[in-house]
Amino acid sequence: MPKMTLSHFEAAFLFALFTSVVLGVVTKRTDKERLQYGLYVFGCFLLALFGLGWLMHFGHG
Amino acid sequence: MAKPKTPKEPLPPIGVWAPAVALGWLVPGGGHFLLKRTGRAALLLVSITFMFLSGIFMRGAMFQPQSGDLLTTLINTGGFVGDVASGILYLVSVWLGYNQPDVAGAVHDYGTKFLVTAGLLNVLAMVDAFEIAAGRKS
Repeated sequence: MPKMTLSHFEAAFLFALFTSVVLGVVTKRTDKERLQYGLYVFGCFLLALFGLGWLMHFGHG
Repeated sequence: MAKPKTPKEPLPPIGVWAPAVALGWLVPGGGHFLLKRTGRAALLLVSITFMFLSGIFMRGAMFQPQSGDLLTTLINTGGFVGDVASGILYLVSVWLGYNQPDVAGAVHDYGTKFLVTAGLLNVLAMVDAFEIAAGRKS
């Protein structure tokens, strides 16, 4: 069985991608709203990812 | 000022929604396929399956129900429910003998979270299938 060895960023990016698609599909009522919400959630994930990454970077000094 | 209470919607007959919810559990997106929401079903199937497979390829651990202190019980039982919620993906991986011990390492940890999250996302898909089958959503 192959083994995936991903960096923190790659793993978190994949997580954000899959989760955003599902949240977009199940949450809203029209296709346009679903697409917008999926992109919004994905953007929020990436924002949190970079924000927390820099926070930890500066926190370590 | 308190909001006026909206009347609670009655639960539709079980025969209307149970097949979609059950199939949705067994096969991610299956409930949507049954209800002829093919596009959304395909997106759910691909996303949840890829998430689960990513967890397997990262050698994530499956939770087993454990008793002990409250936190141990909550984490392990909740994690087990999350794993089982992936339906056929979980069943096949267990039948094929996947039994990764919980070891230290960031990638393993991500894998474990991917496996549980795949199941939790499938629960959301099942709820969506229920709402569509019950006529509360298109």
